[in-house]
Amino acid sequence: MPAVRLPTVLRSHAGGAAVVEADGETIADVLAFLEATYPGLAGQLRTPEGTAHRFVNLYVDDDDVRYLDGLATKVGAGSEVSILPAVAGG
Amino acid sequence: MAEPLRLDRDVYLQLVAHCYDGLPMEGCGLLAAEPDTGRVARCYPTDNEAASARVYTVPSRAILRADRDAEERGLVLAGVFHSHTHTTAYPSPTDVAQAPDPTWHYVIVGLGEGEPVVRSYRIVGGTVAEEPIVLG
Repeated sequence: MPAVRLPTVLRSHAGGAAVVEADGETIADVLAFLEATYPGLAGQLRTPEGTAHRFVNLYVDDDDVRYLDGLATKVGAGSEVSILPAVAGG
Repeated sequence: MAEPLRLDRDVYLQLVAHCYDGLPMEGCGLLAAEPDTGRVARCYPTDNEAASARVYTVPSRAILRADRDAEERGLVLAGVFHSHTHTTAYPSPTDVAQAPDPTWHYVIVGLGEGEPVVRSYRIVGGTVAEEPIVLG
């Protein structure tokens, strides 16, 4: 099962865990699994249209999924998925 | 005023130096704290992906690396710092609108007044509250 690293802002929705296990063959599957398992995450990761929120960065191991296949990017059983905040300002 | 931010002295010097090094662009980076005490023990100076004197973006890959490194050291990402090159060390509307985490510390290094002015804030639900900085 892929492991998912959660950003600090979302950990309270997963009992405070920094890393949780998930299920799925793609990033989209993993996000759907997380939303179903931790209802507080619903709406935090994807837009109602099903795209990733612009303030969320998604990595599979060392690769940004925007430069792979986006939410269709394949996830292996030993993969580490990282959900990272967008950090920017003025 | 809020609880003070405890900031390691070397981190303080490091983040100020990084902001000067970044001129004329805004400098930025991440802060990691001891989870038990909240003391900021490490900083991660990063590139400013926006390459701008008015806005900053911490590269997502740098966030990934800092997050992993902090975990290995028993720390947790706890904030972000950036410079204001020509204005005071107070969060801009953009800073407030884009603040990613209400539990984080937002440290701003003001470089527009001749000498660096370092201040720290909490930004919760669009409300800005300054917190004093204690070095050590």
